[in-house]
Amino acid sequence: MASEAHHAETLALREQFDTEEQQKDASTLGMWIFLITEIMFFGGLFLAYTVYRSWYPQIFAVASSSLNVYIGAANTVVLLCSSLTMVLAVRAAQLGRQKSIVWFLILTLILGGVFLGVKAYEWNEKFVEHHIPGPSFHFEGIANQGPAQLFFSLYFAMTGLHALHMVIGAGLLITLIFQARKGRFSASYMTPVDVVGLYWHFVDIIWIFLFPLLYLIDRHLGR
Amino acid sequence: MTPHTEHNGQHIDSAGTYILVFLGLIALTVLTTAVAFVDLGDFSVVAALGIAVCKMLLVALFFMHVRHSTKLTRLVLVGALVWLGILIFLTLSDFATRGFTGVPGR
Repeated sequence: MASEAHHAETLALREQFDTEEQQKDASTLGMWIFLITEIMFFGGLFLAYTVYRSWYPQIFAVASSSLNVYIGAANTVVLLCSSLTMVLAVRAAQLGRQKSIVWFLILTLILGGVFLGVKAYEWNEKFVEHHIPGPSFHFEGIANQGPAQLFFSLYFAMTGLHALHMVIGAGLLITLIFQARKGRFSASYMTPVDVVGLYWHFVDIIWIFLFPLLYLIDRHLGR
Repeated sequence: MTPHTEHNGQHIDSAGTYILVFLGLIALTVLTTAVAFVDLGDFSVVAALGIAVCKMLLVALFFMHVRHSTKLTRLVLVGALVWLGILIFLTLSDFATRGFTGVPGR
């Protein structure tokens, strides 16, 4: 039937919901509950970092200071820019501005790509310096290599998991860009843009905590 | 001045609001980086995490629209932070108090 086909295409209001507002609130809450499982997921790593850092403060300070703080700060700015373009894409969707949605999503994707590129450059530096945990690990100037390996294990686990989330986010953005180009989103239906926005900002918040914890704390001790 | 407009029952913040929040986030990033080079002793952790929490609140309240969200969403969020707090508090209460008695293994 024509009316049903139209319904499926726009997804304006599924039958289990009374109003569009209720449908949107349900989607938002569902996304938040997913993000909360992610908080607990990353929370374990943050906790492991806290415990080991309190056990080996001096070596963690020295190892942390080998990271390039200016690259880290610049990458933080890149990610914050991508959050701004993402929220502007959501705003464009709320206002039903089709072209703006596509362009802001593309900008967000490019900035996310820049972040990952810089991250790849940093990881490559670690390979060159033998700061990858494993048989060839060597950190200059300290007698006990174990805790330094621990720091870099946590560094790679946390930044790696964060980068994986960025890659997934980039995939979601590409999907949204194709959908937005077809005019799927309007002021009355923009839930996918909204929930991907929540995801993208969440990944940003994780980095907001990773940056000071990995790059900044005790930098004055490590020099 | 209206900070946001109503449209189809949803709150839409102005682009200016978002740009102000963004500039605040950049300023806090510069501040936290600069403070890291100053020797504040134990307070450097407090400063770094304090600034990170401020940035998190800015992103969550404005970019993630928590200030316009339903009470249920907010309750779920606060619940999550309490649960994270339990994870951190109980674990650290173990690790931080090991060796208090001076008896090995206690």
